[in-house]
Amino acid sequence: MRETFIDTMTGLLAEDPRTAVVLADISAASFAPAARRHPDRVLNVGIREQLLIGVAGGLALTGLRPVAHSYAPFLIERAYEQIKLDLDHQGAEAVLVGIGASYDRAEAGRTHLSPADVALIDSLHGWTVHVPGHPGEVAPLLRAAVAADSSAYLRLSTQRNTRAYPGGGDLRVVRDAGPGATLLVAVGPVLDAALAAVADLPVTVAYTHRPRPFDVAGLRALAGTEVVLVEPYLAGTSARVVSEALADRPHRLLSLGVGRAELRRYGTAEDHTRWHGLDAAGLRRSVDSFLGELSAVS
Amino acid sequence: MLWVLYDRVLRITPETADDPDRDRFLLSKGHAVAGYYAVLAAKGFLPDHWLDDQGGPDSRLGDHPDRLLVPGVEIGSGSLGHGLGLGVGTALGLRAQGRTDPRVYVLLGDAELDEGSNHEAIAYAGATGLVNLTAIVLDNRSASHGWPGGAASRFTVNGWTAATVDGRDHDALHTALTGHDPHRPHVVVAVVTDGEQP
Repeated sequence: MRETFIDTMTGLLAEDPRTAVVLADISAASFAPAARRHPDRVLNVGIREQLLIGVAGGLALTGLRPVAHSYAPFLIERAYEQIKLDLDHQGAEAVLVGIGASYDRAEAGRTHLSPADVALIDSLHGWTVHVPGHPGEVAPLLRAAVAADSSAYLRLSTQRNTRAYPGGGDLRVVRDAGPGATLLVAVGPVLDAALAAVADLPVTVAYTHRPRPFDVAGLRALAGTEVVLVEPYLAGTSARVVSEALADRPHRLLSLGVGRAELRRYGTAEDHTRWHGLDAAGLRRSVDSFLGELSAVS
Repeated sequence: MLWVLYDRVLRITPETADDPDRDRFLLSKGHAVAGYYAVLAAKGFLPDHWLDDQGGPDSRLGDHPDRLLVPGVEIGSGSLGHGLGLGVGTALGLRAQGRTDPRVYVLLGDAELDEGSNHEAIAYAGATGLVNLTAIVLDNRSASHGWPGGAASRFTVNGWTAATVDGRDHDALHTALTGHDPHRPHVVVAVVTDGEQP
């Protein structure tokens, strides 16, 4: 996904003189050819993430369309106040592109993990958040985000599904178990594991790479009384949205994602997926327990 | 300082407040609104009667300025340490669009320099020779731990030109504000401590 972003962004810089890329050393070498062609619109501020967003805000105030890029914990968590004030409060819009996601570099430890990034962006108003599940989704999402006039966060990851589902981001039924079936909503790269987890269960699986704005109409059309939400970032991030969307009907919601506890373990991303119960076996255990509770009640 | 800027330095009027080639003034120390609003009113950016209701439920004037509510205000500020980064971005945006004439002025306080975000902006602007940027530090000696060698040294060590002057001397301020170098960013330190010479 990172390579697709760099290639697509390099093309956008050539196509649209409104665009500018702001970097904080991360990916600077990959953007070097573009920087030679557009020295005033490819700006590497060094390892200065507060300035990264401040510069993006200033560029936007002059009418440019800035794309700020870095590792997710530094882009979103370290510079959160700049995102809130230098972008949102100024009415200055930008596209933020993060890499690293929740635990892509698990061996690097807590400093490089960013499970809360989507929740932080969700505390702001009017943002679009894309969590692509395949490199093939990245280019059209980036192009659409840059062409829009609102702020967006693209959360790129080394985790991926086997196939791409491009499109606008409305819920897309990948597996249909019929009316009234439990609905599982998978966001981004957790889709394959979710499909494997419920392969032999009467569960409809819908996919989205756009948790914000969430496809509320699609959810209401697809949801019965049981909804399972699987997100590759902090568990429960979209529970508020689902609960509000279904507030007028009795329903049960299971929100799965990355846990809040700091594991203090290294290993691989696959290890962390398993430890957070987001692999197929872990998801199956959670879904069985959730639906088992239903059987016990009925 | 604000009067010298708006009366003698900044090329901006209420009629050119949206001109892309206007000079920009960014008030980073957003708590200094009383004088700011008064100067904006005196120059016709906002009606005088707005000044009578600052902070009221229907007022556009808060205790910190909001660029979306007050004509002529370039940035909303209040949380210290944001204006210089936005100013660097504004200067870069003007340069990228070939607008070499307008200049960006950012007013900070000496205590505001405590915020590390300023150091990020100072170092980058100096290293890249951002020529269309002027920082103004209103030095009333309020930084808890001070700036040994003077606030200007924080800038000059990063390649800026600097002028330190009496903050109440209008002609000295004008000379300092207009004496920027064609190749480097410029800082004006305006010392305003009572009884203390710069």
